[in-house]
Amino acid sequence: MIEIKNLHKSFDGKEVLKGISTRFESGKTNLVIGQSGSGKTVLIKNIVGLFEPTEGDVLYDGRSFMQMSKRERAMLRREMGMIFQNAALFDSMSVLENVMFPLDMFSDDSYKDRVRRARFCLDHVNLSDACDKYPGEISGGMQKRVAIARAIALNPKYLFCDEPNSGLDPKTSLVIDELIHHITQEFNTTTIINTHDMNSVMGIGEHILFIYQGYAEWEGTKDEVMNADNELLNNFIFASDLFRKVKQAAK
Amino acid sequence: MLILKFLHAFGRYLLLMGRTFSRPERMRMFLKQYVKEMAQLGVDSIGIVLLISFFIGAVICIQIKLNIQSPWMPHWVSGYVTREIMLLEFSSSIMCLILSGKVGSNIASELGTMRTTQQIDALEIMGVNPASFLILPKIAGLVTIMPLLVVFSTFSGIIGAYATAYVGHIITPSDLTAGLQHSFVPWFFWMGVVKSLFFAFIISSVSSFYGYTVEGGSIEVGKASTNAVVSCSMLILFSDLFLTQILS
Repeated sequence: MIEIKNLHKSFDGKEVLKGISTRFESGKTNLVIGQSGSGKTVLIKNIVGLFEPTEGDVLYDGRSFMQMSKRERAMLRREMGMIFQNAALFDSMSVLENVMFPLDMFSDDSYKDRVRRARFCLDHVNLSDACDKYPGEISGGMQKRVAIARAIALNPKYLFCDEPNSGLDPKTSLVIDELIHHITQEFNTTTIINTHDMNSVMGIGEHILFIYQGYAEWEGTKDEVMNADNELLNNFIFASDLFRKVKQAAK
Repeated sequence: MLILKFLHAFGRYLLLMGRTFSRPERMRMFLKQYVKEMAQLGVDSIGIVLLISFFIGAVICIQIKLNIQSPWMPHWVSGYVTREIMLLEFSSSIMCLILSGKVGSNIASELGTMRTTQQIDALEIMGVNPASFLILPKIAGLVTIMPLLVVFSTFSGIIGAYATAYVGHIITPSDLTAGLQHSFVPWFFWMGVVKSLFFAFIISSVSSFYGYTVEGGSIEVGKASTNAVVSCSMLILFSDLFLTQILS
C-alpha cells in the first residue's frame, strides 16, 4: 500500500501539486486521471522519487520515503517497477537483455536462472519469440509489453505506469490494460496508472483519483464514475460523444 | 553573470563526478560496460587515428624537407622534426582535439538521447546509480585506450614520413632514419602518454556532463553535442598549455 500525505510540489514558485492526500491499496489497479498538465506525471514522479516534494510525504507500507537515506531509497527502488510512456527500453540491448537487466544488476541467481526468469516474464506478456530482437525492430505495443516484462522481472511490490496506452490502438490498449490488471492481481502489487484513456477507466479502474489543476478533485471506483455528480469530472470523462451516450444508456 | 554561470555549471559537473566515482553496484556489469566502451570509443577510432596521423606525418616531412631544410642544416633535420612534432604535440594534443569531435559528440548525444527518452529515469527507478553505471565505464574505457591511440598515431605518422621517402622520393630513407634516431629523449614519449590521459578524462567526463544534463528534446541533444565538443576542445587547448609547461 502507498499512502500520500499532503503532497505539494512547486517549480520556480509555481505550485503544480496542491496538497494531494490519498491511499493506493495493494492488489488493486489505482488510476490517476486528469487533463494534460493537471499534475499526473509530476505526482507519479514524486511518488517514485524522481522529483523531491516541496512538502508532504509518501509512505510505502508505512515507511516514509522522505525520511529514508539514499541507500534505503535505492533498496526500496528494487521493489518498484515502472512502465514509462515511451517504454524507455535500452536501445543497445536486445529484448531479452532488457528484461534481464534488473536481474543482472540485483539478482544473485546463476546466469541460467536469470535467463529462465527473463523468458518466463516475456512469456507472461506473450513475447517469448521476440527475445533476440532490438527495441527498434518491434512495434510500440510490443515495446510496452517488453517494458512490462522488465518491470515485473524482480517481482516488484509496487508497479507504476505512466500513460501505458499512449500511442497505441484501442485493441492493443485493451491487451496492455488486461495485462497490468492481471499482474496486479496475480502478484498482489500496488499498481498506480496515469492515464487519459477512458477505456482504461471503465475497464480496470478499481480506484480512480481525478486530479484537477493540482488538486485531488474526486476519488471513487469505475462504477461510481457513472453516477458521479462532480461537474469537473463529468466534463473530463464524458467529453466525448461516445461516453456521453454510454452514460445515457447506463441510466 | 558569465562567471556565475560558469561556476554553477562547474558545481554541477563536480556533483555529477561525485556520483560517477562511486563503487559500481555490480562488478560484472561494470566490466561488461567497460569493455564495450573501450571498443566503442577507442577501438572504433583506430581507423581515423591511423589515417590522419599517416597523412600528417607525411605532410610534416615534406614541409620540412622542401621549405625549411637548407644546405646549412644537417641532413637529419626533416626526420628529427617530424619525430618531435608527432611525439610532443600531434599524437597527444592534436589527435585528442580531433577525437574530442568524434568521441565527445558520440558520448553527449548518446547520453542526451537516453535522458530524453527516459532511459536514465528507468535506471534510477530500478535503484541503479545511472551516473556510475553509464559514465564511469566511459571515463575508464577512454582513459585506458587513449595512450594506445597515441602510440598508434605516432607510429602511423612515422610510416607516413617513410612513405614520402620510399614512394615520393622527397627524402632518402637513410636521412629520415638518421633524423628519427637523432637525440631521442624517451621522456617525450611518456609526456605524450601522460597528456593523453588528462585529455581522455576531459573528453569523456565533460561530454558525459553535457549529455547527462540535457533537458528537453532532440534540439537540446544537438546543442549538448555541440557544446560538449566546443568545451572539450577549449579545455584541451588550455590544459595543453599548462601540462606542456609542467611536464617539460
